[in-house]
Amino acid sequence: MTGLLSLITFAPLIGVAAILVLRFFAKTEDEKTVSAGKWIAFVTTLATLALAILLVAEFDPANPGFQFVEDANWFAGIHYRMGVDGISILFVLLTAFLMPICIAASWKSIETRVLEYMIAFLVLEALVIGVFCALDLVLFYVFFEFGLVPMFLILGIWGGKRRVYAAFKFFLYTLLGSVLMLAAILGMIGIAGTSSIPALMVYKFDPALQTWLWLAFFASFAVKMPMWPVHTWLPDAHVEAPTAGSVILAGILLKMGGYGFLRFSLPMFPQASEYFTPLVFAMSVIAIVYTSLVAFRQTDIKKLIAYSSVAHMGFVTMGIFSGNDAGVQGAIFQMLSHGVISGALFLCVGVVYDRMHTREIAFYGGLVNRMPWYAAVFMLFTMGNVGLPGTSGFVGEILTMTGAYGVSTWTAIFATTGVILSAVYALSLYRRVIFGELTNPALAEIGDLDWREVAIFAPLIASTLYLGIYPAAVFDLTQASVDNLVALYSAATGA
Amino acid sequence: MTFSADLALAGPQLTLAIAALVLLVFGAFAPRATNLMTLGSIGALAIAAYYAAFGTQGRGFAGGLVADDASAFSQVAIFIASAIAIPLGQKWFAQRGIRNFEFPVLILLAALGMAMMVSAGDLISLYIGVELQSLALYVLAAMHRDDAKASEAGLKYFVLGALSSGLLLYGASLIYGFAGSTKFDDIAVAVQAGAGTGVLFGLVFLICGLAFKVSAAPFHMWTPDVYEGAPTPVVAFFAGAPKLAAMVLFARALSEGFHGASAQWSQVLVIIALLSIGVGAFAGLAQSNLKRLWAYSSIANVGYAVLGLASGTAEGVQAMFVFMVLYMVDVTGFFACLAALSRSGKPMETIEDMAGLMKERPGIALAMTAFALSALGLPPFSGFWAKFYVFKAAIDSGLGVAAVLGLVGSVVAAFYYLRLIKVMWFDGGVGGTDAPPAEARTIAIAAALFSFPLVLGALVFIDPLAKAAAAAFGLV
Repeated sequence: MTGLLSLITFAPLIGVAAILVLRFFAKTEDEKTVSAGKWIAFVTTLATLALAILLVAEFDPANPGFQFVEDANWFAGIHYRMGVDGISILFVLLTAFLMPICIAASWKSIETRVLEYMIAFLVLEALVIGVFCALDLVLFYVFFEFGLVPMFLILGIWGGKRRVYAAFKFFLYTLLGSVLMLAAILGMIGIAGTSSIPALMVYKFDPALQTWLWLAFFASFAVKMPMWPVHTWLPDAHVEAPTAGSVILAGILLKMGGYGFLRFSLPMFPQASEYFTPLVFAMSVIAIVYTSLVAFRQTDIKKLIAYSSVAHMGFVTMGIFSGNDAGVQGAIFQMLSHGVISGALFLCVGVVYDRMHTREIAFYGGLVNRMPWYAAVFMLFTMGNVGLPGTSGFVGEILTMTGAYGVSTWTAIFATTGVILSAVYALSLYRRVIFGELTNPALAEIGDLDWREVAIFAPLIASTLYLGIYPAAVFDLTQASVDNLVALYSAATGA
Repeated sequence: MTFSADLALAGPQLTLAIAALVLLVFGAFAPRATNLMTLGSIGALAIAAYYAAFGTQGRGFAGGLVADDASAFSQVAIFIASAIAIPLGQKWFAQRGIRNFEFPVLILLAALGMAMMVSAGDLISLYIGVELQSLALYVLAAMHRDDAKASEAGLKYFVLGALSSGLLLYGASLIYGFAGSTKFDDIAVAVQAGAGTGVLFGLVFLICGLAFKVSAAPFHMWTPDVYEGAPTPVVAFFAGAPKLAAMVLFARALSEGFHGASAQWSQVLVIIALLSIGVGAFAGLAQSNLKRLWAYSSIANVGYAVLGLASGTAEGVQAMFVFMVLYMVDVTGFFACLAALSRSGKPMETIEDMAGLMKERPGIALAMTAFALSALGLPPFSGFWAKFYVFKAAIDSGLGVAAVLGLVGSVVAAFYYLRLIKVMWFDGGVGGTDAPPAEARTIAIAAALFSFPLVLGALVFIDPLAKAAAAAFGLV
């Protein structure tokens, strides 16, 4: 099935072309055109999801290498090279899964420049899938960097009051990290003589050089992740972004950082990764404990969830740099689960924001009286965020902590407090928004979920529970690739 | 070599010289036949490009003139850029009631000067080429002669340009005095035998003079004023092709004449490059006029091209070629956008003027967005690939620290490019822009399409051509 990956990557662009043609012939942006544009975007994302499911079905989980490989010579030694392994295929699936939900969630809340909005999302989908499929460093960088533009526009055009500030901060922060990575990429190509990711994964760089290369990649991925202390762009971006923008940001864009660590830092610079593990652990633990405390003090629902994302990403970095099977598997699982749960939580915020146009926690209270279904859905995802067994949140946390325990006991112990702290902020948020008496008269007429919102939440609920109850569905796919990665890493570091 | 064989090598230059003279006489008698003049000059450029691409190669006129892959590559690029400038400018001037039949002639003469620059084999033809090109450009800058700003720009350009020519000439005379020849080949032998202080002194002056011509810091001061004052389509022309010509001349002089002293000039070039990138990035932050802003952007971009040259390798020269060609398309397109935009007859030149442009003129706004992102160095736009080549060459030749500094400079500059995008996309506009003239609009959109996505295919062809061009200089 060669060509399938390119098809999945560029399928959203077909939707873009269709919308452009539609706009060209419609001449004006009337209601009918806008509605047709929405449907084109929705159908395109659904078709992409179908292709991604086909990809997973055709994927051979026993093969640890890259599959569906496409390779064409480009210029200056650069290749158009695509492929997926057990790790990246999950992110492709996650992206394709969240995108239709994002489009559906924006159906009513986006009222201006709707066609441009749909185009931005479709372009973003193509680029993000490209990031996870690219097997050439330069190609990877192209997808990785260009992804900034649609997100910049989404933040800047459809964002809240301080949207320009947030968009610039997002762009410049990420760009500074990325250009350092670009320098490292150019250096690696010069030394190894190839830009092929599979070849570079087995290329042995000089350990002294690895340190610099690792730091350069770290600068990019740590910002993207984001890790403490370079996380400050994230709360701003989340607060200002439209709901679907937040879902994409938390659900997928952050995962590019974790994916980068798995794809580049660990296999290509194993000695440097081992050398810097204490640093990463320290930063992870600070992220888990400190940002959990910060989250507790927030007055804006979205900001609270944004900080909780940083804390959850702390588990991911901790798991990845444990460098053992449990840690890495846990990190991958945590990323997937966080993609679903945090996406769902932002959608939950979006539900009340669409109705009341405020995200102040103090404004709400007693919503359970008017919105029982909403309360139930919010409850489930709050529990997932806390990491309650039976939800997908639990599996990732327990595995990353197990993995870290094998390397550094103290790290694992400190990280455990994060589990308690997450319960503190998440449950108190839930109590303040949902329970109590309905005191604010503005809320007296607020309506419960409509069928469209139920349809949006249904797949998210299903996957949270499914992954929580049967996590092996994921591990079956990742096992071979992760074993391979961990074996390479342990062999190189002599552990 | 016989004289006729020498003449055969000079095919492109002779074509342009004859065409310029013929058209000048024709224009003097039929000043209203601007369309015919345009067609004639474009035809001459096409013939010259044909000679450049498929004519004989070699060295003629006792080494004064070189026709090789490098000159062929750059001449074709220069002639295309000149051919694009003619209709763009004609229309712009015609709209303002200025019907100068000299305009295409001056472009032809500038192109002739540039063609001489890129195939100069000794210091004499180097100087003649530079002067011919510069004189034509001074006049072009002041062409809008009822406009005080344009006259000021032309005068400023002339005075500072004359100063730099003086530096160039002084350096050339020092080199001639100490090396005993004006030919690059002979100078190379002298330098190889041991470059004395005198030759190096002359070389530094030569570098300063050329840095002036490409507007690299610290010799950049004229650029913002001239860009701001000169007619926009003229800026579209002289921000691109002349810089390519000067960079090629720079590369040829340094690598053919002074290869033996590469350790010395490489240091100087690294400093010039980093200064330019720094000045371009930081000074650009304070600009509100787009023409001035793009002047600073061009200073930074020249810094990147010089950084490629500073690596002193064939890879670095190739990077310079790729960079300048891609940059030329971008900058021409950007100024074509500006030439296309006006509001109630008044040109739109400040960043604030662009507010809400995405709603009003989506085609031009998208093109400008592409140029801004390209100048920012964001993949997959052409500006990224240009920088990709330069930084790769720099890192491969051990200039890693300079490359990282250059990359950080591009992040600083990102702020003002983003500001332009922000104004066009996020802000609401006041409306009332005039319908853009077809020529400028077409050129702008074609250049934007080249910047992305056509560049992704074009590089497959540009890459080997630039490689062959760089190989002509005999570097490793």
